[in-house]
Amino acid sequence: MTDATHTDDENAESDGRFGRYGGQYVPEALMPALEELEDAYGRYVLENEDGFLEEFHRRLDDFGGRPTPLQRADRLSERYDTEVYLKREDLLHGGAHKLNNALGQVLLAKYMGKDRIIAETGAGQHGTATAMAAAHLGMPCTIYMGERDINRQRPNVFRMKINGAEVQPVTTGRGTLKEAISETMRDWAATVEDTHYVIGSVVGPHPFPSMVREFQAVISREARAQVQEKTGRLPDAVLACAGGGSNTMGSFEAFIGDDDVDLYAVEAGGSSLSVDEEAGVAPNSATLSTGGEGVLHGARTKLLQDHHGQIMESHSVSAGLDYAGVGPELAALADEGRVTAANVDDDAALEAFHRLSTDEGIIPALETAHAFGYLKQRQDELGDLVVVTVSGRGDKDLETVIEETEKREIGNAPDMSLFSGGLR
Amino acid sequence: MSRPDATGAVGTVANDEALAAAFAGEPAFVPYLAVGDPDYESSLAYVEALARGGADVIELGLPFSEPIAEGPTIQGAIVRALEAGMTPERFFAFVEDLDVDVPLVCMTYYNLIYQYGRHSAPDGEDGDTEYEAAAGDEDAEYEAAAGEGGPRAFVERAAEAGLSGFVVPDLPAEEAGPLREACDEFGLDLIFIVAPTTRGERLDRMRELVSGYVYVQARLGTTGARTDVSDRTEESLARVADWEVPKAVGFGIADGEQAERIVAAGADGIIVGSALVDIVAEGVENGDDADVVADRIEAKARELKAGARRGRE
Repeated sequence: MTDATHTDDENAESDGRFGRYGGQYVPEALMPALEELEDAYGRYVLENEDGFLEEFHRRLDDFGGRPTPLQRADRLSERYDTEVYLKREDLLHGGAHKLNNALGQVLLAKYMGKDRIIAETGAGQHGTATAMAAAHLGMPCTIYMGERDINRQRPNVFRMKINGAEVQPVTTGRGTLKEAISETMRDWAATVEDTHYVIGSVVGPHPFPSMVREFQAVISREARAQVQEKTGRLPDAVLACAGGGSNTMGSFEAFIGDDDVDLYAVEAGGSSLSVDEEAGVAPNSATLSTGGEGVLHGARTKLLQDHHGQIMESHSVSAGLDYAGVGPELAALADEGRVTAANVDDDAALEAFHRLSTDEGIIPALETAHAFGYLKQRQDELGDLVVVTVSGRGDKDLETVIEETEKREIGNAPDMSLFSGGLR
Repeated sequence: MSRPDATGAVGTVANDEALAAAFAGEPAFVPYLAVGDPDYESSLAYVEALARGGADVIELGLPFSEPIAEGPTIQGAIVRALEAGMTPERFFAFVEDLDVDVPLVCMTYYNLIYQYGRHSAPDGEDGDTEYEAAAGDEDAEYEAAAGEGGPRAFVERAAEAGLSGFVVPDLPAEEAGPLREACDEFGLDLIFIVAPTTRGERLDRMRELVSGYVYVQARLGTTGARTDVSDRTEESLARVADWEVPKAVGFGIADGEQAERIVAAGADGIIVGSALVDIVAEGVENGDDADVVADRIEAKARELKAGARRGRE
């Protein structure tokens, strides 16, 4: 690729392993499809066969609205006495960074001659982005979404349906992202010959973690050039929220070779970092900070699991971070110490949500708010110039925010009783 | 990979003699049940009913929380078993408690195999500190074995419990090296699933690693009883026709007639899971006594075994 700071050769071996993580732990029926995908990824994305990259970037620009701005946050800069720049992925079409990957994969599926798209979604942002990309490129599309997530992210469910996607509710387990991924893999096992599974994060079996990171790397490739253009230097720190890790890897990729740029992956601390083994529940999604090594959804990575290896039910106020696993490359970078794993709890994320909304006029996704919660907590330690990725906008979260804010005492929040009874 | 050649029966390659012998005579009936569904005692009775009904090998499912290869029927069984408290340790105790005379194969997902003996690292490395906080009595026995992840400890315990081999649906040949090695060390077999999509080099790779029998997946998708026999069965069997191991066909077989047709198509055995789990689920739903449910399971087993026999006539 054009940016030589970090290539597959350095960090990811060609067999899809990142140190001790990665690999392909999937049913045999899916292995030929992964081999086919690996081949297509190599030819079209890495080697630009048939002009794939030109078409991808043209569509990302024209349909998606790239490049997104890097904006100086005036109030936050003043408040924290640090230059704070925002990478505005919330301004990408669909309202989140997710389109970078969804458009890339749906286009790749088209180049591969597949005729159907399936995807899982947690917060609904990836499902929405996939539904939009599928409509844009004329592909039928089915999205699997946990029932609990359907209830807490309804605006996105409507958006998917309006774009013509079929939304399949998943009722197993707690009905969140973990179950939705499992169910999408089951669909794929039955339909693998003509269907492409657009996985929504840097998780799953090889080549997904590398491929999704590559599609999302546009975030940091732009941000790195923009910050140098605006300030004449590289930042001291880059902050990004981390669930599965696609926003994180996308925000870090171009900076990984810049040893003086500190990288912070901010996970959901949820309501507590402790674990209830008996109930099989981790009331957080802080996989990098507290998880152990294991195998889930096709990859060896860090997981929230009990001591038998059963996967825990995770928790976060933000549906998009609510996942018991994390991308294998991000797990490896955290182990190496190149990425610092951090976490911010539900309360601090809500407070940060309101601060960004009132200070900067940007209503962030609750996922994104975690990164700003960390910015507040560590404002004195992050250096003089900080880039924070605004991974998505918060329209989808308004009902949750009203409900969750009313439960708490959050000093900087407007009076939520205005909205009692919800938005309708 | 070097493994002993035929250990008894002609035309089989198995580390475990009992497993080889199970396929040596008439077509083998290989039923599956999730262990601990809906509770430990009933589950013992159901597995023993399978043996009375003519099972030649029994696949015992060790329930994992994310069973990505299973359809709704077996997912339901796994949820019931986990809610009733099934764990890997209890699974091994179950195998030891069973009073059956046929070889037993453990079917589970790789994370449970990988984690066994690794838990609760005393120094809290690898981010395992949360387990220390949550450690109960059961953890004491893991303390001693705590260390690197890997399949060896699980396989050693499985051998001690008397298991003959493993089927691991989320472990393709590429990732199976460590488990294959441990199986050879302890004399167990590693069964691979050949899918309708498996072709070319992938077949060669699996042929090299497989032992005991090969699980021929009759159709794409997840497990679950079907009303038809997939027309891809013969095609799949043809791809492994010259393999030395016996060929057992599974995915979707629900009755004696289907069993007959699969064996007539050239299978050395039939694998049946969901059609049996359906009987357990129905018993739970209706609140039937375990011995009534066990009788139904035994009758279904007889039907399937008789169908398999007819297929060879």
